[in-house]
Amino acid sequence: MPKISNPADLAEICKQIRRHIVTMVGAAKSGHPGGSLSAVEILTTLYWDVLNHDPANPKWEGRDRFILSKGHAAPVLYAVLAECGYTPVETLKTLRKLGSIYQGHPDIRFIPALEASTGSLGEGLSLALGMGLAARLDKASWRTYALLGDGEIQEGQIWEAAMFGAFHKVDNVCAIVDYNRLQLDGAVKDIMELEPLAEKWRAFGWHTLEVDGHNIPALQQAFAEAAATKGQPTCIIAHTIKGKGVSFMEGNPKWHGVAPSPEEVELALKELA
Amino acid sequence: MPVNTKYEKKMGAATREAFGRTLAELGRENPDIVAGDADLTKSTMTTYFAKEFPDRLFECGIAEANMVAIGAGLAMAGKIPFVASFSAFVMTKGFEQLRCLVAYPNTNLKVVGTHSGISIGEDGPSQMSMEDLALACALPNFTVLSPADETATKWAVRWAAAHQGPVFIRTGRPKAPIVYEADARFEIGKAVEVAGGTDVTLVATGLLVAEALLAAGQLAEEGISARVLDIHTIKPLDEAALAKAAVETGALVVAEEHLVDSGLGVRVAQALARTAPAPVEFIGLDRFAESGSPDQLLDKYGLRAPQIAEAARRAVARKK
Repeated sequence: MPKISNPADLAEICKQIRRHIVTMVGAAKSGHPGGSLSAVEILTTLYWDVLNHDPANPKWEGRDRFILSKGHAAPVLYAVLAECGYTPVETLKTLRKLGSIYQGHPDIRFIPALEASTGSLGEGLSLALGMGLAARLDKASWRTYALLGDGEIQEGQIWEAAMFGAFHKVDNVCAIVDYNRLQLDGAVKDIMELEPLAEKWRAFGWHTLEVDGHNIPALQQAFAEAAATKGQPTCIIAHTIKGKGVSFMEGNPKWHGVAPSPEEVELALKELA
Repeated sequence: MPVNTKYEKKMGAATREAFGRTLAELGRENPDIVAGDADLTKSTMTTYFAKEFPDRLFECGIAEANMVAIGAGLAMAGKIPFVASFSAFVMTKGFEQLRCLVAYPNTNLKVVGTHSGISIGEDGPSQMSMEDLALACALPNFTVLSPADETATKWAVRWAAAHQGPVFIRTGRPKAPIVYEADARFEIGKAVEVAGGTDVTLVATGLLVAEALLAAGQLAEEGISARVLDIHTIKPLDEAALAKAAVETGALVVAEEHLVDSGLGVRVAQALARTAPAPVEFIGLDRFAESGSPDQLLDKYGLRAPQIAEAARRAVARKK
C-alpha cells in the first residue's frame, strides 16, 4: 500500500477511524470504545506509514505482521482494515451481530487478512516472537508488531515472552504498550500497579522507548528507532488517554466496555467532525 | 494383523525416545520442521533434534504457556513446530494457549506430551498426567494420538508432521513393550486389531495394549476368545471398529493409563451408546498415585493383564 507520512494527513485518517469506532460500537450496543480510541494514532501510523502490506494481497509473504494482542480493541482494528481496503466499510455497523465478519474479538476464520485470532489476554507477544523467529530462520526482512494493553501485561505470559524475546534477541519484533492507565475495574494503579514500567521492560532486556501515543511524529520516530535497533527487541510504551477524542469518554473507566447511546454517538460525532 | 494370543512381552524403546529419533529424522528431511522445549530436552528427547539443528530448537525455559504460543506463532508463519514437555505440564499450563491460539484458529502446531500416565514412576503425582487425553480431546480441530510402542510412535510423529492441523501425541517415559513389527502400517482414525477374538473385545491404548494382549493369552487358556483393539487414534475415534466389535463379540473392556472417568473409556461408551450398546467394563485410574517404580505402580494401581482379564470375565458374564 502506498505510504502516507504527513502527520496532518494521518491525523485526518485518525478522525475518520474514530468516527467509525464510535458509530460501530454504538450500533452494536456493546463493545470496547475506550481502549479502541486510545490506540487510533498507533494503528493509523502503523498501517499507513510503517507496515509494508498490500490489501490486494493480504497473505503476501513479505508483509509486516501486526497482532492486536489486546483483542477487545477490535473496533479500531476493524476500522483500520476497512479504511485500508481489506474489508467493507459499509458493514462496520454489523459489529458483534450474528453472521458479521466483525466478530466481538478478532477472528481469523471470519477475516483471513488478520494475522491471528486474539481476545484472551497475554498471548499476542508470544505469537509475535514466534513469527519473528520464523522470519529470522527464513532470512526474511519483514517485521512483527504487537499491541498490548496496559492491563493485559498483568498476565504472567507477557513476562515469559519478554524474557524469551530478549534472550533469543528477536530484534524484528516490536511491542507497543497502550498505556492508557485504565482497565475494566478502574485505574491500573489501583488494580495492579505496573510502575516502574519502562524499568521493567529494560530489566527484561528490551530496548525501551516512551512516547506520547497520540503524537504521530513521535510515534513515527519511535517505530524508526525500533526498526534500527539490532540485537534486542523493542518495547514502545505509548502514553495514551482512554477514550481519546471524545470529551465525555476521555479518562473515564466507564467507557472501557460500555457502548454509547444514540444521543451520545451523535454528540461524539459532532466532536469528531 | 495375525491372531496373536501367544503374545510375549519384549521391551522396545520408550515412546519418547522414538519421538526424539523421529523428530531428528524429520529435521533432516524438511527444513521447516522446528521445535520448542521447556528445559526438558534431555527428557523429552528433543535433544537429538537440538544437537543436529541448534538454530531450529527454541529453548523456552520453564515456561510452557509461552512455549505453546511461540510454537503457534512459528506455525502461523509457515513453520511446522513440535513443542514438547511432560504431558502434565504442557497440557495444563499450556491449555489456554492451546485452546485460543491453536485449536480455535486451527493452527498447524504439534504438541508432544512425554512422561504420561503414572509410569513416569518415582517422581510422583505432580509430574504424572492422568488427564491429558481428556484435555486434548476437549480441543476442537485436534487429532489425538496415543501410540503403543516405538513403531507406532514413529508413525504418529511422521503422520503429525505431514498433517495440516493441530495434533497431540501422548508418549511415555519407560521402555515400552513391543507390539508391532517394524514394518507395521497404520491408518489415522483406524483401530488396529492386534489379536482376533469372538467372545469379548479388549480395547486399549498406549502401554495398556501390551497388557491387553497378555490378558487375551490368559483368557484363551480359559476358553474365552478375546479380540484386542489398539486405539492409537483417540480422536477421531474408530467408531466403526468399536461397533463391529460390540456386535461380533457382545462385550468389551476399555483399558487405559488415564483417569477412568474422562479418557478413552468414556469416549468408547459414548460411541457405543450411539451405535451398538453392549456391556463395557473399564480399567483406568481413579485417584492420584504415588512414587514407586513404573512396574510397581502399574501393579498397585491395577493396570495389568490380570485386572484386564478379570474385567473381561465380568463383561462376558453380563452378556444376555
